[in-house]
This record gives sequence, structure tokens and C-alpha cells, in this order.
Amino acid sequence: MAHILLRHRDVPDINKIDVYKKNGGFDAFKKAVTKMKPEDVTAVVKNSGLRGRGGAGFPTGMKWSFIDNKNWPHYVVANADESEPGTFKDREIMESNPFQFLEGLALSCYAVGANVGYVYLRGEFWQVAAFLDEKIAEMEKAGFLGDKLFGTEYSLRIYTHLGAGAYICGEETALLESMEGKRGQPRVRPPFPPSYGLYGKPTIINNVETFTNVPMIMANGADWYKSLGTADSAGVKIFSLSGRVRKPGNYELPFGSTFRQLIYEYGGGVQEGRPVKAIMPAGASSSLIVVDDKVLDTQMDYATVRTIGGDLGSASVIVLDDTVDMDWVVNKTIHFFKHESCGKCTPCREGNYWMQSLTAKIHEGRGKQEDVDLLLNVAKQMQGKCLCALGEFSTMAVVTGIERFPQDFKKAVNR
Amino acid sequence: MSLEKKYPKEVKQILAKYPPEQKRSAVMPLLYLAQREEGYVNKAAMQNIAQMLDITETEVASIVGFYSLYHDEKAGKYRMQVCTDLPCALRGADEFLNNLCGNLGIKVGETTPDGVVTLEAVMCLAACDKAPMFQTQGPDGIKYHENMTVDRTMELIEALKKSDAGVK
Ligand SMILES: Cc1cc2nc3c(=O)[nH]c(=O)nc-3n(C[C@H](O)[C@H](O)[C@H](O)COP(=O)(O)O)c2cc1C
Ligand code: SF4
Ligand code: FES
Repeated sequence: MAHILLRHRDVPDINKIDVYKKNGGFDAFKKAVTKMKPEDVTAVVKNSGLRGRGGAGFPTGMKWSFIDNKNWPHYVVANADESEPGTFKDREIMESNPFQFLEGLALSCYAVGANVGYVYLRGEFWQVAAFLDEKIAEMEKAGFLGDKLFGTEYSLRIYTHLGAGAYICGEETALLESMEGKRGQPRVRPPFPPSYGLYGKPTIINNVETFTNVPMIMANGADWYKSLGTADSAGVKIFSLSGRVRKPGNYELPFGSTFRQLIYEYGGGVQEGRPVKAIMPAGASSSLIVVDDKVLDTQMDYATVRTIGGDLGSASVIVLDDTVDMDWVVNKTIHFFKHESCGKCTPCREGNYWMQSLTAKIHEGRGKQEDVDLLLNVAKQMQGKCLCALGEFSTMAVVTGIERFPQDFKKAVNR
Repeated sequence: MSLEKKYPKEVKQILAKYPPEQKRSAVMPLLYLAQREEGYVNKAAMQNIAQMLDITETEVASIVGFYSLYHDEKAGKYRMQVCTDLPCALRGADEFLNNLCGNLGIKVGETTPDGVVTLEAVMCLAACDKAPMFQTQGPDGIKYHENMTVDRTMELIEALKKSDAGVK
């Protein structure tokens, strides 16, 4: 099937504006602004079944319909923080198919009545931001951004904003704080961004991949989109495949494709032909899933992955083979979360500090079974008590690692 | 010299991105500008930015402290930041970094004696399928180097030593 999101793999030079235009680019945006009411755009997105691609899978059209029309101005912010270990899809979109992403962002701005859209990129995407700035300038020159677009009263500007190396800024309210020039620490919710967002104004935040779907949905219709994927999860998804596979990379597949297809058909199987021991379907924030034939044949969509003890999240599939010890994996993930905890709430700040010293002790062979029990206890104590999802994420691999791979921890404490 | 004097065009462009009454939002891009030449933000620059945005110097300093790409101390001209996070580590990133240390004769966190490269280990850079990889943060901004070998990295370091980027 031709790509819907990674279209640069089928259409060379689609990151050039004339090539993008020749391939139907900006037709959807022009049609929306000149012929459609904003709420009709939202209705199409709602009917398409599109769900957010940043991890939580929240229905996109429904989010847009929550925008508070009593409070103005409105903003739309694209979340291009992409910092979950194992995730590298938004970067490929922005580098290679930037106009489709920007058109999707523009459509969203029109749908919710925003005259300014921002792209918040992680600071390391310095070159990507410079590239997007060029593309935005080209859109302005071609009349797709600016004042009174297509002779209507609608005006739109898009700006990039660089973060500076903080995973927590991917959390949408921390992202907003960061954009306001503060430390990136999550806000207490509710209120949610569609009523209280950037500068306290109604704001829609979506992931880069989410926006990139929108021009194709507007062009081909909600029913077309819904016909792809599964009843629970409409459309296509980019799976970032990493770890011990022969061909790591991004693969765009319809929801409902299986782990086996992703790992063996596309990823070329495991290095040295070894068996898959575990997968993490949502990056470092994932549960560790024990892999057998049944798991390999599981359909990848939001609902089905839940039945095998995990979440699909951002679909960053990390493959672990039988040479990998889970005490090592957990030590790595906690090293990450300890570093990235923003420190605002005690369970996450202290819990990760504690978990780090325990995972290091266990992995380095200085631990006893009591340390493993204590680690599990600390992780479980944290669950449900943290202000934002990062705290919860940090416990996932620890708890599932110890509970599902006890032999690895036994081996570690007897080292 | 103040940022407005040194980079008038850039400062204007940055401030234009945000509503005039929300100019505090410009603190992050201004810090990148302040850091451009010396690789760290000194006290005078923090004062300068605080004044420009009507916030306190402490607030600016707390931003510098919070985000890992801002630095308040001088290091090598280039920070070489190797990703050793889980997916990269599954593809040999730890060994790569170790070998690099051996070749350079420095430990992680240290700077080569000529002051050109500071070696650091960092978290995922969204290039997990192209490990071993690192970014360089220096006078010419941030650049990715992917699918690297120790040999090619040593060549890059030689090139960085000869480069005159950032020299006025
Ligand atoms: C710690 C943390 C990190 C996150 N990082 C990202 C990220 O890098 N990119 C992203 O799009 N969403 C990220 N999210 C999810 C966002 O908070 C938010 O749900 C998402 O941007 C909404 O867009 P969507 O509905 O299109 O998925 C993160 C959430 C948490 C709790
Ligand atoms: S859970 Fe962690 S990251 Fe989230 S607010 Fe609390 S300390 Fe910060
Ligand atoms: S883990 Fe190294 S770039 Fe993602």
C-alpha cells in the first residue's frame, strides 16, 4: 500500500513545495478555509476515528470540539518534543514530509479558530527547526500562511519554538509552561488545555503524527480513513522499531498488523536469528511483555495490546532478545526516569532516586533478594500517587520486569 | 555587549514570535543566542535577558538550571553527547562510548587537553535506529552524527580541531 504519512518514500522530493502542491498539497486547507465552516472540519476528523498519536490515543476530533469558544484567542501547539526512548517517527515526518504536517497543523488552527500555531520541538531538533522555518517561509510566500488567506478574513501564522533537553516537556502542560518561559513542570489538571492552555487561553495540543493524518482525511474522507485499521483504532500508524532487530526503522502499517509482521516481515527478524524474549511496545515507559507465539500474533491496536499486558502508547517497539537480562533493562529505564523527573512531586522525585540506587545495586551484583522486594515495593507505592504520568511510566518496566521475569532478578542477586 | 546590540535581527525575530505582553516566552530562544559563542551562559547574559523580558535574574538562572542544553560553565568548544539510552545500548552504544574514551584518553564528563571536545553520555535523541550515534553541541549549533564508528568519530574530532567555527 502507498504510504499515507511517510509519503516521501513513494513521492521523491515531497519536501519541496511545488512537488507537494503537484501531489494535491494544500488543496484540503484551501477548501476548508474557503468553503467549509470550522466546526465541519472538526466533524470530519471526529468521524474519521483518528486518535492522538502521542501516546494516550485520545480521539482527536473530540478534543478539538472541547475548545472553549467563550474565551479568546485560541492557540494550537504541535507537540514535537519526541523524547520517549525508542521513538523517532516525528523527526522523519518533519524532515521528509514537512508540508503535510504543517498543512495538518494549519487545518487544526482553522478548525478551532486559532490565528497562531506553534511547533514545540525538543532542543536537539535544532536543525529540524531551522528546516521547518524555511518551509514555513515558503508557505508564507506561496500564500498558504499570512493575512487574509485565499481572500477570506482568516489569517494564520506558524512559529517554531525550541525546547532545551527535558523529556517532561513532552507532557502537554509542562510543554505549555516551558513555552511560557518557565521551568517545564506539569500543571495540576483540570482545567485541561482546551479551556486553559497557553497563556491561560484555550489551546489544542496534538502530536506531529496526529496532525500529519489530517490533510489526507480531509482529502479522502472520514469513511476512507475508517476503512483502514481496526474498529478500535482507525487508520495507519508509524511504528518505530528498535533494539535487537536486523532492520530497525520506521514502518507505517495499518492498525491491526501483528508484532510478528512488524518484527519479521519488516524488521528482518532478530539479529543472529535469536528468539525474541520480550518487547516494550511503547518505549521506555512500557510494560515488559513476555513474548510467545500468541503475543507475536497479536494485533497492534490500542485495545488488543492491552489484552497482553501492555499499552501501545506511541508504538515505539523495542525488541529484546534472549541475551538481554531484565535487571539491566530496568537499570537503564530508571536511569532515564531519574534523570528526567522534574522534581515537582515527592513520590516521583524520591521514588526514582531510590529506584535508581536499587536497580544499580542489583544490576551490579551487589544486591540481595530483599533489595528486589524493596524495589518492587517502592515502585508499587508510587503508582497512583504522582502528579503526572511520568511517575507512573517510571514504574512500568520495574514492576513488570520483576513480576514477569523473576529468574533474571534471581540470577542477578546470586551473581 | 548586550544581545540586542550584538544580534539585533535575531532578537527582533525571536520577540516577534510571541504576543507582546508574553515576551517572557522568548527566554529559551534568547538563551540559545547568549550561549552561541562561548558555549555557556554567563551572569551578564542572564542579567541582560532578565532586563529585556522584565523577569528576575533568578528566574533566568532557574531556567538555565532546569534544561540540560543550557550550561552555566565553560566546557570544551564542542560537547560530544553520546546517546547510551536503552535502544542505543541494545546496539552497542556503551561499548562505543567506552572505546571512544580509551581512544581519547579521557573519561565521560572530561575534556580533551586541547579544550576541543567534552565527552558526555546523554538520554535518547530520537535516532535509536541509527546507533551508535551522538550529537555535537558547539558554536554552529547542534548536529547529529549517526551510524558512527570510533574511527569515523576520531576523524570528525580531527576536523573539529581544525575548524574555525565561532572564531570571530
Ligand atoms: C512524560 C510525558 C512525556 C510525553 N512526551 C510526549 C512527546 O514527546 N510527544 C507527544 O506528542 N506526546 C507526548 N506526551 C503526551 C502528551 O502529554 C499529549 O497527550 C499529546 O501530545 C497529545 O497529543 P495527541 O492527542 O495527538 O497524542 C507525553 C506525556 C507524558 C506524560
Ligand atoms: S510525576 Fe515526576 S515528572 Fe510528573 S510532576 Fe511529579 S515529579 Fe514531575
Ligand atoms: S536511544 Fe539513543 S537515540 Fe534513542
